[in-house]
Amino acid sequence: MSGNILVVTEHLSGAFTDATFELLALARNLAGVSGAEVDAALIGNSVEGLVGELGVADRVLLIDDPALESFNPVGHTASVVSLVDATEPRVVLVPYTSTGMDIASHVSAQCGLPLVSYCQSVDASSAGLSATCQLYAGKLLADVEVDGDRAVFAMLSGAAPAADGRREGAPAVEARAAPPEAAASTTRFRALGEPEAGDVDITAQDVLVVVGRGIDSEDNIEEAVELAEVLGGAVAASRPIVDQGWLPKTRQVGKSGLTVKPKVYLALGVSGAPEHVEGMRDSSTIIAVNTDPHAPIFGVAHYGWVGDLFDILPELTDRIGG
Amino acid sequence: MDTVVLLRAVPDPVEELELDDTGTDLDRDFLGFVLNEFDDHALEEALLLKEDAGGTVTVVALGTADEVDQMLHTAVAKGADAAVKLGDDLGALDAHAQAELFSAALADRSPDLVLCGVQASDELDGQVAMLVAAKLELPHVSVVVATAPAAEGLTVTKEYWAGITADFDVSLPAVLGIQAARQAPRYVAVSRIRQAQEAGLLEEADAEPAGPSSGVRVVGLRIPDVGDGAEMLPADEEEAADRIVELLRAAGVGGPS
Repeated sequence: MSGNILVVTEHLSGAFTDATFELLALARNLAGVSGAEVDAALIGNSVEGLVGELGVADRVLLIDDPALESFNPVGHTASVVSLVDATEPRVVLVPYTSTGMDIASHVSAQCGLPLVSYCQSVDASSAGLSATCQLYAGKLLADVEVDGDRAVFAMLSGAAPAADGRREGAPAVEARAAPPEAAASTTRFRALGEPEAGDVDITAQDVLVVVGRGIDSEDNIEEAVELAEVLGGAVAASRPIVDQGWLPKTRQVGKSGLTVKPKVYLALGVSGAPEHVEGMRDSSTIIAVNTDPHAPIFGVAHYGWVGDLFDILPELTDRIGG
Repeated sequence: MDTVVLLRAVPDPVEELELDDTGTDLDRDFLGFVLNEFDDHALEEALLLKEDAGGTVTVVALGTADEVDQMLHTAVAKGADAAVKLGDDLGALDAHAQAELFSAALADRSPDLVLCGVQASDELDGQVAMLVAAKLELPHVSVVVATAPAAEGLTVTKEYWAGITADFDVSLPAVLGIQAARQAPRYVAVSRIRQAQEAGLLEEADAEPAGPSSGVRVVGLRIPDVGDGAEMLPADEEEAADRIVELLRAAGVGGPS
């Protein structure tokens, strides 16, 4: 075991994601406590030019291969597994994102390491590895300890400020060969798809009326639309509403949807799962209405009201529109 | 194409969760369980693929909750050809233990395709879909939002973020973690579920979990302290509405303050 911290970086079309810099910042914090070195796994084709953006890392473990031109669930996962096997890091930090979700469980199963998922924070002191995780869509926090002295952590967004992980530099580069699975992969990338254009750009609104599971039925969305109209804003939604087909994908806020920062974010019946909060926590004023006093949305909201959204929605529409 | 869909029972997301006396687990005695919503999407995608390309759909669930039988009957009523319950009264299992039992059952069946919800709200130690792929050493794509039959296998759409997606050609057999089906999961009438139940299609198979295998120990569960976050508005809806209007106008929306 090396005692190192390995960050699995993530990039698309030549740019690292914010998640990458958050994990680098987190790794640097953890290394400060334990004196470990920070390694960054950089996997792709002709990506050496990206090394200079990883100045927070002590060393970049580079796998550069034409077979890894675009993210490949099988090839990239096998590459990370090969790096973990070769360098035996104490801590592996994987973003809990679309690419990380292919990678993390495989590293756990194939390298025989415990995996702690839905992590919001990690502690890697000399006493051992521990973490705090958001379970049940953020309704409960679990404090967990890891058996043994190595583990993989799948980190939710926000574990450390991305700005702290953005530093130019010239970390040492250790190039390694791609594992045979990369070229042999029968899973082949075809093309990227761009987001479809919507009738309304929810990222450009001053006020969003956002409906979650609590809206209960497609027909009830009309009430929220009326309020949004009198406010001069738009209706947006959490993932379950979009998955039901009640509103188009272009109205979805959160990890798999859009990130919004309106002046006012009025959340109606939105529980506040971590994937949702990721897309709205920087809104200027967040007002949440929910029947559950323990709903995690109240942890991120500035103002909260516990009660039935259908009791307050018409009151608001009357007062503003009246 | 023969597809197996893995279904999990999870605590009902609309219920309030209470802790047991140890403070490290949920009080499961009065807890209601429902089908993991991502697994519901996995089932829908499997049924759509069957409509596109023929074949069979088998649903497999672990006997971790009383509601599992009903979950499986509902899947049959929706169009699954067969349903299998692995074990009974298994209680709560971590993701690694679930993946172990599912993988053993799948190895016997050798399906062309395995679909499972991309995640579940209780997957503390990893995602069952991808753990199964790793154990069976099968190609995998997670966070899938569409599939389509192709000349060799499937074309699969994976969602990245901010509406960006990537299409992949995937050879079979493979394991997909489904984020959302191409369309919302279908509804089925209660009478159809009853018919499915009476048809007696549910196959029960033995399954013995090997015990905790993940190396991740919960030392404490707690409700997040949300009090630090929001200033709570008056309980009376009239007063609360007045206050919200003030807040909106102070923020410069909804008319002059």
